[in-house]
Amino acid sequence: MSEAVSAGTRAADLEVSGLQVLYGGIAAVKGVSFTVGRGEIVALIGANGAGKTSVLKAVIGLVPAAKGTVRLFGREANAIPTHRRTALGATLVPEGRAIFAGMSVRENLELGAFLKRDAATLGARFERVLRLFPRLGERLDQAGGTLSGGEQQMLAIGRALMGEPKLLLLDEPSLGLAPKLVAQIFASVVEIAKTGITILLVEQNTRLALETAHRAHVLVTGKIVLSGPCAELRSDPRIKAAYLGETL
Amino acid sequence: MSEFFQQIINGLSLGSIYALIALGYTMVYGILKLINFAHGEVFMLGAYSGYFLASALGVERYSASGQSFPLGLALVVLLGAMALSALLGVTIEALAYRPVRSAPRLTPLITAIGASLFLQNAAVLLFTPNPRPYPPILREVRFTLGGVIVTNIKLAIFVVAIVLMIGLHQFVQRTWTGRAMRAVSMNMDAARLMGIDVNATIRATFAIGSALAAAGGILFGLDQITINPLMGVLTGLKAFVAAVLGGIGNIPGAVVGGLLIGLAEQLTAGYLSPDYRDAITFLILVVILVLKPEGLLGVVRQEKV
Ligand SMILES: Nc1ncnc2c1ncn2[C@@H]1O[C@H](COP(=O)(O)OP(=O)(O)OP(=O)(O)O)[C@@H](O)[C@H]1O
Ligand SMILES: [Mg+2]
Repeated sequence: MSEAVSAGTRAADLEVSGLQVLYGGIAAVKGVSFTVGRGEIVALIGANGAGKTSVLKAVIGLVPAAKGTVRLFGREANAIPTHRRTALGATLVPEGRAIFAGMSVRENLELGAFLKRDAATLGARFERVLRLFPRLGERLDQAGGTLSGGEQQMLAIGRALMGEPKLLLLDEPSLGLAPKLVAQIFASVVEIAKTGITILLVEQNTRLALETAHRAHVLVTGKIVLSGPCAELRSDPRIKAAYLGETL
Repeated sequence: MSEFFQQIINGLSLGSIYALIALGYTMVYGILKLINFAHGEVFMLGAYSGYFLASALGVERYSASGQSFPLGLALVVLLGAMALSALLGVTIEALAYRPVRSAPRLTPLITAIGASLFLQNAAVLLFTPNPRPYPPILREVRFTLGGVIVTNIKLAIFVVAIVLMIGLHQFVQRTWTGRAMRAVSMNMDAARLMGIDVNATIRATFAIGSALAAAGGILFGLDQITINPLMGVLTGLKAFVAAVLGGIGNIPGAVVGGLLIGLAEQLTAGYLSPDYRDAITFLILVVILVLKPEGLLGVVRQEKV
């Protein structure tokens, strides 16, 4: 299933080709290729241990690519360290949220603006994030570590937005949240995409991911086994099979 | 009663020196979970930097002619030694710690001890093992306050230490580099995701901690009259205990721990026996490790994700 197809038509913010990720010699990602075009929402779905997080970490540089290349905004990024990939405009909202537990909500958000700290626009960005997640506004002085799981997810996304990313990588934003909150988080993902931010969404909630994204890839034990526009995949019986971990 | 206050004054000034050194241990531990055993040697070399800078600025000429060393030049000595030690700290980090940062925890511990021994012996070689009288950067002036003898030196030690500690607090809380340091100490990968250059932040931590240790070294020289190449061993260890007592990784904790160790040491020497002044520190270490291993102001750390 070749994925270079859509790359020609749109400028790609992210191009992953032949990506392999190794942990102590064992491959968790085995030659994955896909692109995410500017303004697109692309979903990466798959069961536990399929390698989704590993792909995102390699994209942002938290783990090295053993083979293959990661191109961000047209630039080969393999040798670029994480903090400079963030400076290029790519930001990961990691699995487990990684809130700075001992810092207040306000400080967490401010740290998101570490690279974009000009006072002139900082206030406006702050307001925008609080409009997207009003819950955070009520808790600005609360320690990040004492927030509920849902609030932490909002904070993690809000913090990422403070840096005005062009490409947002979301690792299972709905994980462990009640259905109502899940719906709210997905709604905010759509809101964020409307502002022109490109999104790569890793999810296990296949149904919502396929409703939210434009295109999706299904990852099974480190390989993409199925790709296509979400409209088609929604009715594809193989999705269910992949999700249950059966071979296709 | 005035005897008691005398001990308190002496204890607080000694303790603020421990506090300055303890800050470096605690900041580095907070970020790297590494005990920087070479930190005591940075303190020692800071004292020597001050010694040589003061000589270069002609401190002997002033004292020979009965004049006191100008305050401006004393500040140059202090800041110059702090800058040199900052450079040394950054160099130690680059040579001894960065190459083994992702190795198992024991490896950087061993390179730390290696760096410490190397610097001790280099200092013995370069400066001879003999103690040197510390130059009179500040000429001692004594005055009595309600029966308690206070010297301008003890006062200066206290004032310099407090100013530096308040400065550090403001820096860590208010500047972007300070925020980056706190972020890296809480979650290194998350800090990277914010666009923080973790290596640069670690360098800044070593630079600041080492500069504070150098200030401690100069104040120690003024207080204790002589310096020698092995002065960092025991004093470094005591400052480390101070950091553990306050809660290692915790900046206010290092200050509280330093002051408490200084007070405990002076009171023990004054009321029990001077022979026990070093032993009390290690007794405190044992007690704190048994009763409250996370330290007075420390919190039990949750494992990072
Ligand atoms: N640091 C690591 N060391 C060794 N193996 C690892 C490491 N991180 C991940 N793995 C392994 O790599 C494989 C893929 O893990 P990854 O976290 O990428 O999966 P995932 O699709 O994100 O799973 P989940 O849905 O559970 O988050 C798993 O088998 C996992 O055990
Ligand atoms: Mg995962």
